[in-house]
Amino acid sequence: MTVTHLSKMRLWLPHSPPIFLNRETLELTVAITSAVTYAFCNKKVGSTALDFDIVIEKNARFMNQYFLLIACLQLWSLITPVNPASTWGPLIFIFAVSATKEAWDDYNRYLSDKKANEKEVWIVRQGIRKLIQAQDIHVGNIVWLRENDEVPCDLVLLGTADPLGICYVELKGKTTAALDGETDLKTRMIPSACMGIDGVIECPRPDKDIRRFDANMRLFPPFLDNDVFPLTIKNTLLQSCYLRNTEWACGVAVYTGKCNETKLGMSRGIPEPKLTAVDAMIDKLTGAIFIFQIVVVIVLGVAGSVWKDTEARKLWYVQYPKEGPWYELLIIPLRFELLCSIMIPISIKVSLDLVKSLYAKFIDWDDQMVDLETGTRSHAAKCCISGRLYGNENGDALTDAELLNAVSSGSTDVIRFLKVMAICNTVIPVQSKSGEISYKAQSQDEEALVRAAAHINFNASLIQYEVLDILEFTSDRKRMSVVVKDCQSGKIFLLAKGADEAILPHSYAGQQIRTFAEAVEQYAQLGLRTLCLAWRELDNDEYQEWAVMFKEANSTLVDREWRVAEVCQRLEHDFEILGVAAIEDRLQDGVPETIETLRKAGINFWMLTGDKQSTAIQIALSCNFVSPEPKGQLLMIDGKTGDEVSRSLERVLLTMRITNSEPKDVAFVVDGWALEIALRHYRKAFTELAILSRTAICCRVTPSQKAQLVELLKSCDYRTLAIGDGGNDVRMIQQADIGVGISGREGLQAARAADYSIGSVSGTSLFNSVSLMAYNVFYTSVPVLVSVLDKDLSERTVMQHPQILFYCQAGRLLNPSTFAGWFGRSLFHAIVVFVITIHSYAFEKSEMEEVSMVALSGCIWLQAFVVALETNSFTILQHLAIWGNLVGFYVINWIVSAIPASGMYTIMFRLCKQPSYWITMFLTVAAGMGPVLALKYFRYTYKSSKINILQQANVWEGQFLLWGT
Amino acid sequence: MNSNTPSSSAGGPGSADLATPRRNSKRPKYSRFTQQELPACKPILTPKWVISTFLLISVVFIPIGVVSLLASRDVVEIVNQYETECIPEESRNDKVGFIQSSQDKNCSRTLRVPKDMKQPIYVYYQLDNFYQNHRRYVKSRSDQQLRNPGSENSTDACEPEEKTNSGSIVPCGLIAWSLFNDTYAFSRNNQQLAINKRGISWKSDRDHKFGKRVYPKNFQNGTLIGGGRLNTSKPLSEQEDLIVWMRTAALPTFRKLYGKIEMDLQTGDVIDVSLQNNYNTYSFNGKKKLVLSTTSWLGGKNDFIGIAYLTVGGLCFFLAMVFTLIYLIMPRQLGDPSYLSWNRNPGGHLAS
Repeated sequence: MTVTHLSKMRLWLPHSPPIFLNRETLELTVAITSAVTYAFCNKKVGSTALDFDIVIEKNARFMNQYFLLIACLQLWSLITPVNPASTWGPLIFIFAVSATKEAWDDYNRYLSDKKANEKEVWIVRQGIRKLIQAQDIHVGNIVWLRENDEVPCDLVLLGTADPLGICYVELKGKTTAALDGETDLKTRMIPSACMGIDGVIECPRPDKDIRRFDANMRLFPPFLDNDVFPLTIKNTLLQSCYLRNTEWACGVAVYTGKCNETKLGMSRGIPEPKLTAVDAMIDKLTGAIFIFQIVVVIVLGVAGSVWKDTEARKLWYVQYPKEGPWYELLIIPLRFELLCSIMIPISIKVSLDLVKSLYAKFIDWDDQMVDLETGTRSHAAKCCISGRLYGNENGDALTDAELLNAVSSGSTDVIRFLKVMAICNTVIPVQSKSGEISYKAQSQDEEALVRAAAHINFNASLIQYEVLDILEFTSDRKRMSVVVKDCQSGKIFLLAKGADEAILPHSYAGQQIRTFAEAVEQYAQLGLRTLCLAWRELDNDEYQEWAVMFKEANSTLVDREWRVAEVCQRLEHDFEILGVAAIEDRLQDGVPETIETLRKAGINFWMLTGDKQSTAIQIALSCNFVSPEPKGQLLMIDGKTGDEVSRSLERVLLTMRITNSEPKDVAFVVDGWALEIALRHYRKAFTELAILSRTAICCRVTPSQKAQLVELLKSCDYRTLAIGDGGNDVRMIQQADIGVGISGREGLQAARAADYSIGSVSGTSLFNSVSLMAYNVFYTSVPVLVSVLDKDLSERTVMQHPQILFYCQAGRLLNPSTFAGWFGRSLFHAIVVFVITIHSYAFEKSEMEEVSMVALSGCIWLQAFVVALETNSFTILQHLAIWGNLVGFYVINWIVSAIPASGMYTIMFRLCKQPSYWITMFLTVAAGMGPVLALKYFRYTYKSSKINILQQANVWEGQFLLWGT
Repeated sequence: MNSNTPSSSAGGPGSADLATPRRNSKRPKYSRFTQQELPACKPILTPKWVISTFLLISVVFIPIGVVSLLASRDVVEIVNQYETECIPEESRNDKVGFIQSSQDKNCSRTLRVPKDMKQPIYVYYQLDNFYQNHRRYVKSRSDQQLRNPGSENSTDACEPEEKTNSGSIVPCGLIAWSLFNDTYAFSRNNQQLAINKRGISWKSDRDHKFGKRVYPKNFQNGTLIGGGRLNTSKPLSEQEDLIVWMRTAALPTFRKLYGKIEMDLQTGDVIDVSLQNNYNTYSFNGKKKLVLSTTSWLGGKNDFIGIAYLTVGGLCFFLAMVFTLIYLIMPRQLGDPSYLSWNRNPGGHLAS
């Protein structure tokens, strides 16, 4: 088989070409020609080239297209009412700002990429170590790393300093931690049958799943019958990890930074331009304004055209040409369009972007935010070994004298139980310099168990076991087992632990499992998380036979997980149940209060957990998630068959509908099985249930079900916030809209931003270009930016009356009715400014520059007072911004008025000397703000019933908080 | 060989790194700003506060309104509309024809002084329905040309009045071209009343906008004659009528200063005005008025501000009274949680 043939043959498979290992030179030959490589192009890490995507993406949104259209129209001098600079200036400014920001980001990325690219790494070539730059690593190179080195690309481990072939890596930074569970330190080991042997690594096309690497290693020449060795993620060193606790390690590069195809690079990926809810709302409202604008334009355009034909032609001093060009009809509407274009000010975009990034910064900075992370801490508490329960009502089994006695007296059952506890896990012990041993585990439960086992201690006698195979835990299997060989006796054991329903049914025929089931139930009632521990002695032959199958299953490239599970199933039977360990899932301080607070805030909670139903209910009760009887009521949805589930669902739905008006907390409880059926066959009924209930407990759910639930809720137009502790919840978290909390505030800002857009409608044709431009960019955005710093209420008040948050969500969010309120007020202000200006500056004072400046000043004054009225807490920053903006307006205009060449030369000085100017300003402010203040006060004090109605009307617009455990 | 049995020997040198906290990566130093804990004052709309605000506004505004109204009433204003009367009876069917003909446009009007007028008495002409703010019109000027003797030819903006056959028009554009050209002469008891036409324009315009060495050229020499002509021997900076005219008005009704009478007028004085009715406002039904007016600190006669102030002040007073009444009749303690809707409505969905 020729190389090319091989490559071609492989191409249509979803795998990349194989990589050949060669023993003599320890160099890898990459057996592909460039013609068939899709992946090995010679690009460096990352790509800093400014690509057009950014530009296109920027323009993808309606608003941007609109601005561009307006700016282009401005270039047509026949229709521009003002200098084109008034649109182009801001547009260029805005693009310059965002381009600068992007360029800065790019530059930083370039720097870090460059650093990564030029970092020197050791590679082994011809048996000699050589230093090369990271960017020159090719697929197939052998990279040699020392302790604490950063891994430059994805490697398959070939050797480490440890004789057992183990090394440790630490994941770096938030990104990976967010993607991959809790612990940072991970064990990595070299593939079992490999130490400098020729071979080929067959690996799949690079993907972004950093928890999977389903590859194979094929050795040359085949010296065993089964020459394929499975490679998993455990055999890899992924880019950007750090090598820890290992003197050195070397590995062969499989995915390099070129083309960004390392797993990390891909999972970091290209961030999808995600439109947040606020963005969508703003786009919607902008669309609404746009439609309004079009209507205005058409009406005014027609009126203007008619006026032109009937009246303006008589104005001899205007010298209208007798015959206009063919497009004459369009001119007046288009002019109005340009005039109205500032209804949607360009600054709204700048403001929003700035507001967003500022909020992000503040959230990043906020210390208190950390406290909000609710979570659970596991703690081994009680156990039941062969029918005896250790650990009293409120005590720990660890301190139970009986247990300690049993240990010291050498009760076989107890010792076996502890052995399983100590061995059947994937915990990594780490010894710190001070000699303390700490355990790093994938799950906190495991850590708790090992800690407990270590605590009890086996009389200091050392028993050595060799771990032959690990049958890993998956959320579908709900158990894990290890196959170990007792080094002394040579016997092989299968040690297993897992959820009760995954272990108990697999016990050997004669065992009494009733006591264990009872113990499980009893512990679950206490809200403890239970684990059953079991073991079985294996026949040597049985094991050998099985081991072959297991290896085979582990080497499959397709559906590996499923195959492995199937093989594991064959070994995991006839268990001898040793006992039940119960782990207290102790809630962090303040969780009940937090949940109470959030619930009062009108946030709907769903708890999605993998725990047993009774455990879940207990936890839910203990953290105020549901109220105990008689105030609360739990409705069960269960059943094994479709009919049963359907009936149960109907019943719950009925109860739900009836009790909806009662002041009762009704929650429904559904388990994974029933949920599966409900989601598949009774989706409609379940959706209705989801809408009706404010609280739900879903237990025994799988990760994919969690994601499905989120999807379901999203489809009901709920905004979902998923909280999970990684691992199982990743899919759910990815599915949910994140960042709802921010959006409430942001939305408010947007409403404000939108207001000022409209606040400036009046008399615009009067304004000259410079001030219009300045108004467009600065005056409208500065006060809005300041409101970022605004706090509606103090934290304490919010904590005392969390319902207010609900009000915020329902009523004050950027919704069309608030928007209409802002709109109406703006219109009122526009009329006030216009009427007052034209009347107080009538007759001999009717000079264009002066009148325009009076109107503009009126807008600025009103705006300052509107912001002041809407600001709830004044800090020095607010004062600075609001009044500074006002002062800034005068300073800028004085400066411009001092330039003889400018159109408004001396205007501002002249106005400021006139008493009538100031009198007009005060009049404008009083006339504009008086009614607003009165209305606000009235609503604030006497119209709370309205809010009440509003709340009820909006009650189903709440949000969901999915609490994954 | 495959083993991950817990063995405490795995920890090698360097494991102390694990103990270093990794959380502190990007957190800035604590400051009141970053934690949004700046000292803040949080005004609440308490009845007291709101009512006193409204009372304060009314207390301030009503006196200002009274003073403004008095100031406006103090101003003595004589307005005389003449555009129809100054057309001979027989020509009133074809006013446009008359105004465009070369007939004698002389017209005399009589004004009676209703009240003593202190000097200076401003003489304005008022045009109604004249759109000096029309887009085509406003743009049709060249500031550069007006200021700079060298920029005679920068007439791009002046379309359609930029040049004649004999060269660029100075001052170019529709505004200058349509210069108002009615003239007035006043006499009292057959005695000429001097009108001072100096200093009627803005000083800044004379000094910086209209050049001292820019002279009119080719003005009103085209096929179409618009308004007034200019004295070609006087530089633009001294053509004050033009300067005044070129300060375009924002609204279709406006007054422009014609001159000042620097003499007091007594009640009952009869002033004869001899005017030249040259300007064509007849094509567009525009009105022409002659206005004599004194000024106050607020400017000319304009009741609007006074009335508006009184209205706003009165309304604020009214609101303050209403709020006080409501407050007295239905007292409500602010911040009383029992008023919260969710507390009043325990049966709702917000049951707690």
